[in-house]
Amino acid sequence: MFYRENGQFKSSYAADQQLLPILQDRVFMVALVAFAFVVVPLVVSDYVFLSLLIPFLILALAAIGLNLVVGYCGQISIGHAAFMAVGAYAAYNLVLRIPQLNFLIVLVLAGLVAAAVGMLFGIPSLRIKGLYLAVATLGAQFFMDWLFARVKWFTNYAHSGSVQTAPVELFGWSIDSPQEKYVFLLAVLILFTVIARNLVRGHIGRAWMAMRDMDVAAEVIGIRPVYAKLSAFAVSSFFVGVAGALWGFVHLGSWEPAAFNLTLSLNLLFMIIIGGMGSILGSFFGAAFIVVLPIVLNQLPQFLGIPMSTAMISHLEFMIFGALIVFFLIVEPHGLARLWAIGKEKLRLWPFPH
Amino acid sequence: MSQRGNPIGEVILSVEGVSLAFGGVRALTDVSFEVREHEVRAIIGPNGAGKSSMLNVINGVYHPQQGTIRFLGQTYHDMDPHETALAGIARTFQNLALFKGMSVLENILTGRNLRMRANLLLQALRAGPALREEIEHRERVEHIIDFLEIQPWRKTPVGRLPYGLQKRVDLARALAMEPRVLLLDEPMAGMNLEEKQDMCRFILDVNDHFGTTIVLIEHDMGVVMDISDRVVVLDYGKKIGDGTPHEVRASQAVIDAYLGVSH
Repeated sequence: MFYRENGQFKSSYAADQQLLPILQDRVFMVALVAFAFVVVPLVVSDYVFLSLLIPFLILALAAIGLNLVVGYCGQISIGHAAFMAVGAYAAYNLVLRIPQLNFLIVLVLAGLVAAAVGMLFGIPSLRIKGLYLAVATLGAQFFMDWLFARVKWFTNYAHSGSVQTAPVELFGWSIDSPQEKYVFLLAVLILFTVIARNLVRGHIGRAWMAMRDMDVAAEVIGIRPVYAKLSAFAVSSFFVGVAGALWGFVHLGSWEPAAFNLTLSLNLLFMIIIGGMGSILGSFFGAAFIVVLPIVLNQLPQFLGIPMSTAMISHLEFMIFGALIVFFLIVEPHGLARLWAIGKEKLRLWPFPH
Repeated sequence: MSQRGNPIGEVILSVEGVSLAFGGVRALTDVSFEVREHEVRAIIGPNGAGKSSMLNVINGVYHPQQGTIRFLGQTYHDMDPHETALAGIARTFQNLALFKGMSVLENILTGRNLRMRANLLLQALRAGPALREEIEHRERVEHIIDFLEIQPWRKTPVGRLPYGLQKRVDLARALAMEPRVLLLDEPMAGMNLEEKQDMCRFILDVNDHFGTTIVLIEHDMGVVMDISDRVVVLDYGKKIGDGTPHEVRASQAVIDAYLGVSH
């Protein structure tokens, strides 16, 4: 950035440990949030809301959740869409069976159910690591796919297996239009981002990172692996469960079990790999990348006036998308968040590097 | 050594008849020794003598087949790392085991984790008690940072620090636990002369200032002779010598182990 922390001396640990220690960062963040809340709803079209911003906000939340367990605690999971499904179906059943419940409470309860299930599937992490754990979490994915497709109670015995939801109501406010959905999701996402930042700055976050970086040393220092790993799975699944409930209720409106399949799990994993493991900011970058890029690639030929068939476009979209992921992994394996950090460090001294 | 802050006291830690084997390999055979409060106790021996295994037994990473460990009046057959940490035994590692993805400050703060109580919800909201706790422990950690003279690198990721400094952060992290006994596994390995001198000074200062009992493994004989009060010598998993540096240096068994004997 074009500013630095010069002259801003901290005289208490509280001041030194705040979320954004540099004044300019705080100003920028307030401006950004104000812009997102006030200006964006006025100028952006419905199409952009529905196909870009709303999926971005929910997937960013899910990516933050996944990043907590994979990026911060180092326990790889490729079954996280399953926990989204748990959140979505838990919310569906809560709304169906206890209609008078406030939607915010439904979200919290859905998150808690997902957290419990996540913890259960996190138990293998106590014994196995790395790729083996990845395969074990894949079990969560297949089990949940099967459960929601076969056990009819969860879908209220719907014939097609797909469930419908009414628009979300909150204190008499019906969240129906794209603008309203956007504002609601933005508020939820900001809240959860702050919570995630607080957790990773607190002692639980340090326990997670210690587990990730050097598990034997962490144990010797007095961090209990059982607590650190399972709490990471629980918190992560809570985030992802809430994201799942929002994905179902606010974004899709009606869905079938296949909405939360392995592809979504892998997409979440790509988001944090591309965005940056162990970085909250990276989760945003990654979600944006995965949501925006296919749409941009899809629109590009038309935009440039190149005549192409739709089939051709969608094939090209896949190929370029894949190539870009590989390119990013080679050029910057630590993700977009690292690129951002390097850029910031360079700009700190710019234009006089010495 | 004459005017140390804490006179050597009673036995605080004793290892009694410990044997440890990995399959057919006997790492330790019937090893016993005692550590007195406030002393600097060195464990020496040739490569593969079982020194690191001994430390790993004391802090519960390895579980011995035989023998007991008495610490602060409690008898343990085997220790569990978490329990050990709670009881007040900290350690540093031979091959650096710092948390590479974290800053110096965060690394040292993990040493305080044991004492931090705020639950998940309080931490998530960083509400009153959680925030107070963070600040209170930060203050403790800052004392240690000052003590070990690592102030300029507080916010630097540990991976970027030179080796000697990383060793110092490792020591700081262990000190943050406020241990009664500090186990140091080759604190001076791979250091140049200047770094060794600094590290010696820090070890003696820690012993003097905090009264921490120190058990260290070291290869540099000059260092061992200078800073330790008593020395245990291991060879092939057996204890072959125990006493003051002067006694140990004069022992024929120890000389044989180090120089070899003609058969």
